[in-house]
Amino acid sequence: MKNAAEPMDIRDLVIDDRKRGVFRVHRSCMSSPDLFQRERELIFDRCWIYLGHESEVERPGDYRRRTVAGRPLFFVRGKDGQVRVFLNSCPHRGAMICRRDAGNAKILRCFYHAWSFNTEGELIGVPGRDAYGPNFDPAEFGLKEPVRVDSYRGFFFVSFNPDVEELSTYLAGARDYLDLVVDQTQEGVRVVPGSNKYAIKANWKLLAENSLDGYHLIPTHRTYVDYMAGLGTDDSGDTLAARPPGAGRALGNGHCVSENISRNGRPIARWHPVFGEEAKERIARARRRLVRKYGEERAFRMADTSRNLLIYPNLLIMDFVAISIRYIEPVAPDRMEVTAWHLVPREESGAALATRLDSYLTFLGPGGFATPDDVEALESCQTGFRATENEWSDISRGMLKSRPGTSDELQMRGFWRQWHANMLGEDTTNVQDGQPTESQAAAPDSEADGTGHRASAR
Amino acid sequence: MTATSIPALRGMVEEFLFREAALLDDWRLDEWVDLFTHDARYMVPSTDLPEGDPGRDLVFIDDDLMRLRARVARLNSRHSHRENPRSRTRRFVSNVRVEETEDRQLSVSANILVYRFRSGEGAPYVGSVQYILRRDGEDLRIAYRRAVLDMEDLSWHGAVSIIL
Repeated sequence: MKNAAEPMDIRDLVIDDRKRGVFRVHRSCMSSPDLFQRERELIFDRCWIYLGHESEVERPGDYRRRTVAGRPLFFVRGKDGQVRVFLNSCPHRGAMICRRDAGNAKILRCFYHAWSFNTEGELIGVPGRDAYGPNFDPAEFGLKEPVRVDSYRGFFFVSFNPDVEELSTYLAGARDYLDLVVDQTQEGVRVVPGSNKYAIKANWKLLAENSLDGYHLIPTHRTYVDYMAGLGTDDSGDTLAARPPGAGRALGNGHCVSENISRNGRPIARWHPVFGEEAKERIARARRRLVRKYGEERAFRMADTSRNLLIYPNLLIMDFVAISIRYIEPVAPDRMEVTAWHLVPREESGAALATRLDSYLTFLGPGGFATPDDVEALESCQTGFRATENEWSDISRGMLKSRPGTSDELQMRGFWRQWHANMLGEDTTNVQDGQPTESQAAAPDSEADGTGHRASAR
Repeated sequence: MTATSIPALRGMVEEFLFREAALLDDWRLDEWVDLFTHDARYMVPSTDLPEGDPGRDLVFIDDDLMRLRARVARLNSRHSHRENPRSRTRRFVSNVRVEETEDRQLSVSANILVYRFRSGEGAPYVGSVQYILRRDGEDLRIAYRRAVLDMEDLSWHGAVSIIL
């Protein structure tokens, strides 16, 4: 046992004994200011980090302000239709250029000395410019962009690491799951107006874990499960426990997914009594469309499976009763800020959209029937960590299984293994449980993932 | 009734709102939910979109009576972990304004300050509540209740785990 005052060797923070099936994380990972600082440098300054969705800035001049990996940023759609991302700090003296969360502007003017920029980031106005003399070059003072910006299917990411691999490579096996989310729609996806912003007095990694954790569903969310049971689903506690295990997967690079056969409704193409009789035919039509377009198997994955996808390190796409984007911004070892948005098919409006919006609110969000209890669980853990004599958290569940389900914890170990490698200064590691076999090594990019899932889930 | 003066109307509405606040602070939620009409709506918009429409936008809460009853059942359950043990709350209701609509409903707005204490911490929810109240004999019933928060986010609270 280590003295609490003496920091542990980074190598010893995670116990990963694949033979015995033991996986433990030292609780200082959730509370140490030194480790928090190290995460900033080795994870948040090096990975691709989610910024926002293209649909949030539809028209030229539309902008959104964000805090991403501690930096104030904003993104804006230029006159040329291109989305650009800028550091929200005037190149002149540092004041924030964009001082609203959202809006539309032709010219971005810093209020401090009134330097102004166009939506492409060029400096176009300096009051009393003559005083700077002949060597003043406006090109030196354009708005600065994060060193890397890229998007995948409308999801924009930034990186502050010039050497980071291409975004599509970085996303590894998560790409296929993002495709499943976007392809289930006819005209693509959009983020609806309004966001749920809240903070949790807990380490950010606890929410990454919790969002993939199928094991806590029944004990933590009993009131939700009971409510759904009362509405005519067979998701009562007993059948939930007995249902097919689904699949927990590590997708490479720390991305992970928990994928279930859905018992609840899926507004895209799986009807549920909660949607009402009038929605039945519309949802059946949507399903027939998916089968025609993608074939039975992929349509099944879109319509009948749900997924909680973690895009490492701090983005979640929760595609079950509705589609939620959940972004986690760490602000202190024991505090995170969370923003959630609702992603909907562009083609939906009227009753279909209303059904989907309503479906979101039952489970998701800080006013829903489940999220408040997750907040409570995470804060409870964080307080519990103060009992430093209890040094380890256990994440071993299902570690010796060949095909772990969603109430096993491979999807959390995959996250932690990547985290541990990054904290040791390594970019990649074997995120799987077993000794790396050929098929597992190939899994992250394998299109055969779905077949494996169906076999295990039925 | 149409001749009721504004001060008298306000007195009646305030009496109703104070009674409602006491039911909530005392966690008498079954009695509270009985104040609603069968077609009632309880809504809390997102903090960044106070004018949010639940048919179009993301909000925090949009309950019809059925889900509101389920919310109350949940809060009454010992499995509602964010509120078990229950928080202590104290509500202050002020700046009550009343207008009578053409169909004799009452359109009411009030400021609210709801302090919530739990787990060694306390913080207020600050905002306004808009009501549509319907007369029911001598009494009033809530047909619409929209709690609009002034905070920029839920960073003090982490959730809307109580009734606002």
